[in-house]
Amino acid sequence: MLAFIIRRLVQSVVVMLVVSLIAFVMFRFIGDPVDQMVGLETTVQERELLRQQLGLNDALPLQFWHFVSKAAQGDLGISYQFKRPVADLIGSRLPATLELSFVSALFALLMGIPMGVYTALNRESVLSKLFLTISLIGISLPTFLIGILLIFVFSVYLQWLPSFGRGKVVDLGWWSTGFLTVSGLKALILPSITLGLFQMTLIMRLVRSEMMEVLRTDFIKFARARGLTNRAINFGHALKNTMIPVITITGLQMGAIIAFAIITETVFQWPGMGLLFLQAVQNVDIPIMAAYLLLIALLFVIINLIVDLLYVMVDPRIRIEGAEA
Amino acid sequence: MTMDSERLKPPGLWARVFDSDIWYSFTRSKVIMAAAIVTFLIFLGALFAPLIAPHDPFDMASLYLMDSLTPPMWEAGGNPVYPLGTDDQGRDILSAILYGSRISLAVGFASVAFAAILGISLGLLAGYMGGRVDSIIMRIADVQLTFPSILIALLIDGSVRSVFGGIDREQSAFYVLVFSIGLSFWVQYARTVRSSTLVEKDKEYVQAARLIGLHPLRIMASHVLPNVMGPVLVIATINLALAIITEATLSFLGVGIPSTQPSLGTLIRIGNDFLFSGEWWIAAFPGAALAILVLAVNLLGDWLRDALNPRLR
Repeated sequence: MLAFIIRRLVQSVVVMLVVSLIAFVMFRFIGDPVDQMVGLETTVQERELLRQQLGLNDALPLQFWHFVSKAAQGDLGISYQFKRPVADLIGSRLPATLELSFVSALFALLMGIPMGVYTALNRESVLSKLFLTISLIGISLPTFLIGILLIFVFSVYLQWLPSFGRGKVVDLGWWSTGFLTVSGLKALILPSITLGLFQMTLIMRLVRSEMMEVLRTDFIKFARARGLTNRAINFGHALKNTMIPVITITGLQMGAIIAFAIITETVFQWPGMGLLFLQAVQNVDIPIMAAYLLLIALLFVIINLIVDLLYVMVDPRIRIEGAEA
Repeated sequence: MTMDSERLKPPGLWARVFDSDIWYSFTRSKVIMAAAIVTFLIFLGALFAPLIAPHDPFDMASLYLMDSLTPPMWEAGGNPVYPLGTDDQGRDILSAILYGSRISLAVGFASVAFAAILGISLGLLAGYMGGRVDSIIMRIADVQLTFPSILIALLIDGSVRSVFGGIDREQSAFYVLVFSIGLSFWVQYARTVRSSTLVEKDKEYVQAARLIGLHPLRIMASHVLPNVMGPVLVIATINLALAIITEATLSFLGVGIPSTQPSLGTLIRIGNDFLFSGEWWIAAFPGAALAILVLAVNLLGDWLRDALNPRLR
């Protein structure tokens, strides 16, 4: 068990090092950092002095080391377009993205699991076929198209919900939340449906196929033979046994939700990290791009690690394998 | 002897197609046939866009600003000259969709081809060479697989555009897109090809080829490659829909094809600005075209995967 955790930790560190190497190469070699920071009238001597100060004349491994140790302390450089520290910029945008991702994941789970159970239990009903058709469309359509469709129906045509921004947010000092006002909550609805729809269909299909598999097994037959109610069998026994893969997939999809927030945030002009990153790509603001890459990598690595550990705790078979290896 | 060879002569291509399991399963499903017909029609429309499109949306001289923002012909104020209406520059939406799906499909095919060639080569190398080459290539693949491909495509797109910042955007946009989408999709091919190569390389025909002293590259290219291509074709079909979506998404986000030569994604981006002022048709028709195209290609890809998968038969 301990060996397994240590091995996974080492792997995570290696992944982070590789990603920070990529971020460093982007940071250092795509466009000249000095050119981006100074104006046209700066003399060659001043430029050279700046190079010296920034440590751009040091040996490359040393520069990489400086980059990594600074990044580890939260110093991610200064944005070319905003002339502000990247860490501050990302910090101010982080709450919006995390709240959106959280609500999307919640939506995906609360809709996906019941729909999956229903379609597994009533395979021939019209509603099941409807759910499956919707899920096929949800998987096929690009995210931004779904967003535009929702805006058109609910904002332009029906005029029920806002189409852009976060509404009124409450500032808690280090965190600005949209959960506490009506307009903030209303503003969350369309973006989180857009962002969560793909994950919802994924979870629905997963729960459906797992349920159908579990319902065929012997212990379900035995439960029926014991005379348990359908309700107890379906929810107490069958659904419980499908939860392990659902937890795993949901965990892994959390990372994807945060990354796909880029598209949703653009469609709904949601002031989060994704919009910041997209502006950085459009204006070639390398420090923000590199920092975003590092942050996403860190999130992915942490999520993967947690999911692996949860898995080991839940499923004894992996524990034994891990101990042997 | 002659009679033998006569009898063993393989049946013609069409006879083999109509006799195959795939053709049988194709004729069994109406949805798949519909998807195939729709895909085929869109391909035809895209291929012959210059011939069938009523207007040339790229020819600035033929645009009348007076005709801009004309609604579709069945709406009040519509003009039968522009069946699906016009955009803010007076471009005919129907023609723009035909030309746009041409660009979308071209980017889709080119990036799938690029990803496949890169992935197959690296997968063959990794599987056949083994050792350090294998572990380096597969570690890179592992790290890349951790991230969603749209994020990677965005990063590559941003980096490439900053490195070649001076080059004309209109000329380079196509190649930048193909490069970034292709580079974000190669891992799947590499993994599949590598695992089949690992199986193939210990078989006798490869050992024989090695024994007579053929160059490893020659063995990989002309002996191993044909035997690992099967699954690659299935992945390529499924990836085509994904590549079209990625292109549309990047163009919609404003880092793809510029608006002077719009793809479907660019058209939707343009139309999105007019949603609130009531000109819904600028975004709606290209959006519908994209949705239908992706849905049809997706259905075909899924069906092909199931039909070719021996475990599901």
